[in-house]
Amino acid sequence: MAPVAATLARLYGLKGWLALGAAAAMLFVVFPVLSLAVPESSAFHVSQYWVTLGGKIMCYAIVAVAMDLIWGYAGILSLGHGLFFALGGYAMGMYLMRQIGREGQYQADLPDFMVFLDWKELPWQWWNSDQFWWCALLAVAMPGLLAFVFGYLAFRSRVKGVYFSIITQALTFAAMLLFFRNATGFGGNNGFTDFKRILGFAITTPGTRIALFAATGAVLIATLLLGRFIVTSKLGRVLTAIRDAEARVAFCGYNTLHYKLFVWTLSAVLCGIAGALYVPQVGIINPSEMSPANSIEIAIWVAVGGRGTLVGPILGAGLVNGGKSFFTQAFPEYWLYVLGLLFILVTLFLPRGVVGLLTRRRGAG
Amino acid sequence: MSAAVQAPSSIGVGALIGHVATGELDVTHGVVLYLEDITVSFDGFRALNRLSLAIDVGELRCVIGPNGAGKTTMMDVITGKTRPEAGRAFFGQTIDLARLSEAEIAHAGIGRKFQKPTIFEHLTVFENLELAMKADKRVRTTLFARLAAAERDRIAETLRLIRLDAAAARVAGALSHGQKQWLEIGMLLVQEPKLLLLDEPVAGMSDEETERTAELILSLAGRHSIVVVEHDMAFIAKIARRLTVLHEGAVLAEGPLADVQNDPRVIEVYLGR
Repeated sequence: MAPVAATLARLYGLKGWLALGAAAAMLFVVFPVLSLAVPESSAFHVSQYWVTLGGKIMCYAIVAVAMDLIWGYAGILSLGHGLFFALGGYAMGMYLMRQIGREGQYQADLPDFMVFLDWKELPWQWWNSDQFWWCALLAVAMPGLLAFVFGYLAFRSRVKGVYFSIITQALTFAAMLLFFRNATGFGGNNGFTDFKRILGFAITTPGTRIALFAATGAVLIATLLLGRFIVTSKLGRVLTAIRDAEARVAFCGYNTLHYKLFVWTLSAVLCGIAGALYVPQVGIINPSEMSPANSIEIAIWVAVGGRGTLVGPILGAGLVNGGKSFFTQAFPEYWLYVLGLLFILVTLFLPRGVVGLLTRRRGAG
Repeated sequence: MSAAVQAPSSIGVGALIGHVATGELDVTHGVVLYLEDITVSFDGFRALNRLSLAIDVGELRCVIGPNGAGKTTMMDVITGKTRPEAGRAFFGQTIDLARLSEAEIAHAGIGRKFQKPTIFEHLTVFENLELAMKADKRVRTTLFARLAAAERDRIAETLRLIRLDAAAARVAGALSHGQKQWLEIGMLLVQEPKLLLLDEPVAGMSDEETERTAELILSLAGRHSIVVVEHDMAFIAKIARRLTVLHEGAVLAEGPLADVQNDPRVIEVYLGR
């Protein structure tokens, strides 16, 4: 058991584990109790709105951690991570559409949009989509496969820096145009919505909502620990070295293509899982999730929270999206200005983000 | 710039053996590096003109020469960056350098330090050595790698050798220029090269750092075979045992330092410019 203890100590110190334990208690005990057991009349009751918002932000936080692995550590800025998130969401969305059954507007076996388009049977890409396990597999495999092939071609051709960022941006834009088309078979610009059930449970009941919330919290914590395991390993140091001096890493005998491809594909898979958790909670997925602006926002969460810190991007995702929820209700016109201003201020004054502000540790050089 | 030329069709017996056995370095004849009649031209300019050179096991050899004498091109041929048009380059008895890629040559045991130090600025000195150290460097093994006690000892030993043991936990980017040069030499050493090529190791160093680098290189001689290319004659005078003078792509003079310094041809090349 000694190696396990050593690994746990490597991930976080005592304070870190206690903080993580406190966060887990909040997510798995306090929040569910306040939401389910405390009556709605009580001031301590947590409403559906907050449960859904919290779950949504945790999905974004998973994406932010995934982005930090590839950008903060390996130095590869992706401006197309929204695509992997959306692919995971679409995979889960297919299952949720099939779970509607005959309760749709047209009371047909096929999803409503197919009836509307006068399709008679499910297209090939919907094969087996009534099976949860199959769609869960797709949510992981599709982003992973796309990232692997795209990453292999880009990294093998030694596409780097801003050129890589621009290509990822183009990739998500192209995918958005593809998904806007009805013929692609995923509901065109309306996407999927009006979900009724997941795994047989009604999707909007408080119990299901809290279960999804807790599942998202568990995945977020697991993602954070996996990220810590990677960045504190020798592999994590190789990634940092690739960021600083890739040619030297190759000269030391490492095949940098394999390393970049590993972390890039893993990052995309994590985004896919986050997307699959997001769709049942938010209740809609459409091609606008693939818009270039969405992917740029992901980079902003990470920059605001603090690159190369893992915890920082979680905070960044929370702060920016919390701010977004507030502003888009209070001053809807000004949100984009606030976001832009925030990005400029962070870039100018907080190169290490919020976490850099809170801690002054090694790594300032 | 490409001087890449296919290996000549009439390859010798040695080359054939070399092709068969590329794995282990064979130095039974006491020679670690053997260059014979190496010729390289760039657009008609002969950078190397039938250059021949042999380095013994454990030898410390200094190579000097005026600008354009072919020092860097020679390093490039040895490390596989440039292919010779003619001539043979052997590592030990059996490894034909003309047939291997840069990475394969590095793997076979030739380490090269470039003029400008490149280290991993955001990692500590210790971590720089950890990454450079000879190991299985595939993704999965690296993810689950743990430092064995023997490996820690090896790093500690190297840290003492390059005089950075007190700075082991410091971020490499915060080191002085001279210390960065030493760290890079250390990173080469933990890769356990059989032959070490040092390209102007004291460029940009203070006098004191130059002095300490000379001590370091002298302490490595015997354990490793080392080729030092340098301009700084004061530095050469401190470390040189055998000296090779290159001129116009060929060896002009070779021998103990004192003999070479008094060679009238050498004096003419250096003074007659």
